Amino acid sequence: MTLHTSITATPLLRVEGLTKRYGPRIGCADVSFDLYPGEVLGIVGESGSGKSTLLSCLAGHQRADLGRIAYDGREVLAMSETERRRLGRTDWAFVHQNPRDGLRMGVSAGGNVGERLMAVGARHYGDIRGKAVDWLGRVEIAADRVDDRPSAFSGGMQQRLQIARNLVTGPRLVFMDEPTGGLDVSVQARLLDLLRGLVRDLGLSVIIVTHDLAVVRLLAHRLMVMKSGRVVEQGLTDQVLDDPQHAYTQLLVSSVLQV
Amino acid sequence: MTDQAYNFAYLDEQTKRMIRRAILKGIAVPGYQVPFASREMPMPYGWGTGGVQVTAACLVPEDWLKVIDQGADDTTNAVSIRRFFQRTAGVAVTEATAEATIIQTRHRIPETPLTEGQILVYQVPIPEPLRFLEPRETETRKMHELEEYGLMHVKLYEDIARHGQIATSYAYPVKVEGRYVMDPSPIPKFDNPKLSDNPAIQLFGAGREQRIYALPPWTEAVSLDFDDHPFETSKAPHNCDLCGAKDSYLDEVITDDQGGRMFVCSDTDFCGGRRAAGHAGRLGGDQKSSKTFANSFEGIWPGAEVAR
Repeated sequence: MTLHTSITATPLLRVEGLTKRYGPRIGCADVSFDLYPGEVLGIVGESGSGKSTLLSCLAGHQRADLGRIAYDGREVLAMSETERRRLGRTDWAFVHQNPRDGLRMGVSAGGNVGERLMAVGARHYGDIRGKAVDWLGRVEIAADRVDDRPSAFSGGMQQRLQIARNLVTGPRLVFMDEPTGGLDVSVQARLLDLLRGLVRDLGLSVIIVTHDLAVVRLLAHRLMVMKSGRVVEQGLTDQVLDDPQHAYTQLLVSSVLQV
Repeated sequence: MTDQAYNFAYLDEQTKRMIRRAILKGIAVPGYQVPFASREMPMPYGWGTGGVQVTAACLVPEDWLKVIDQGADDTTNAVSIRRFFQRTAGVAVTEATAEATIIQTRHRIPETPLTEGQILVYQVPIPEPLRFLEPRETETRKMHELEEYGLMHVKLYEDIARHGQIATSYAYPVKVEGRYVMDPSPIPKFDNPKLSDNPAIQLFGAGREQRIYALPPWTEAVSLDFDDHPFETSKAPHNCDLCGAKDSYLDEVITDDQGGRMFVCSDTDFCGGRRAAGHAGRLGGDQKSSKTFANSFEGIWPGAEVAR
């Protein structure tokens, strides 16, 4: 596992002019950004603004129509499917909003965490189990739950299990789609705390899609605001949230309820 | 008494040609599941329609056919398929493994080692080893294409986590020549070592699922396992009660309602051959064969059968 303690000069992920259309409609259009090692990029916007489309294009779940994606100097869109899928289970990770999409509900927690290890060739049961227990500990799941199925877990635990399952192979780039969606606020707070710790300790680069401004405020270094498939504003998180320039960002920031 | 209303071995020549092409492709790519246009057969799915079609495509009039079901020559499935080919192809049939040129089998590999020139045809219910882990056919095909077999080990992991050992005891997945993971049909894992480097041609037919796959002679088939939980064969820890064999796969037979039971070879030809050669097990002294033994429960004794 490589630790990136400082932000280096070459971007880990470089995206240029990424466009995805659904027939005549725009999914996302002309999105460009650089992501540096150890950096957390937040993408916010209302429903239908193209943030999830953008994320699934980046992660290779959908094929972009136009544009370039370079990961660590390699052209992602020109890769063979074998290479792309290998990248998807070693260097990359994807945390779904609904843990049921990212977990195998019929397989024990240990098996869920071990799957990525076995997919990259681990063949020692004791080692796999040891790593699984270790990772359950790191996401605050008790070791004696290792043989329970995710269906016996609460929503927050399922989400933490999904994170453990994704991080076990030591990825460098993590895509997160609304990781705190559907959780109550106290569980959200703990999950965010956990995520922040893991991101810092492991030096992960993260692209996090959310509509919750509090989440990006806590996690993201930089922020991209999307509307109708286009990026309307981007910059440092605090800068964008405290001094929004675009009318839509101003609306978004002012829409947050103050308790 | 060949039924003249049918073409030789029931299927028409075009269909046999199509099946032979699938078989050849299967042999060329060991372990790869070749789709084929499975025909309706005069028996229900699950009764060996895939195996029957493969056998029909391979049969020539000079063949000696043996059909076994769970190792036995005299069970329903074996008897009906043997009669089917006697009637539609008029080929010679035999119960002796060494004598047969084509052996159609359900769920066993004969104990007697196979030889070059023999063809072993398996009846396969579900050809896809990943099916119970990944229900989408599009996805499992992609996984075979890209050699993504980590999921197979997840199943074995779950076995150990839940039962302390690999509890899968039949249809145990194998990796063929380091490439395709294959379901060897529901044979006991006791038979798995016989799949590998076998001098006979092994053909697998799945009628309902419309797939044919093959192991050419002398092909390596490695049973999947973990470094610290290696593959082990398993059988009932007994000797055959009829022939005394120590190393054959055994069936357990309940003999009364007082807890009485006996273990007998599931391979009836193997057991009979040993008894003819003078071997005898715990209960095998006065019995002639497992068939006679089975008849004895219904009061049919060898002498009495003639009188009926």
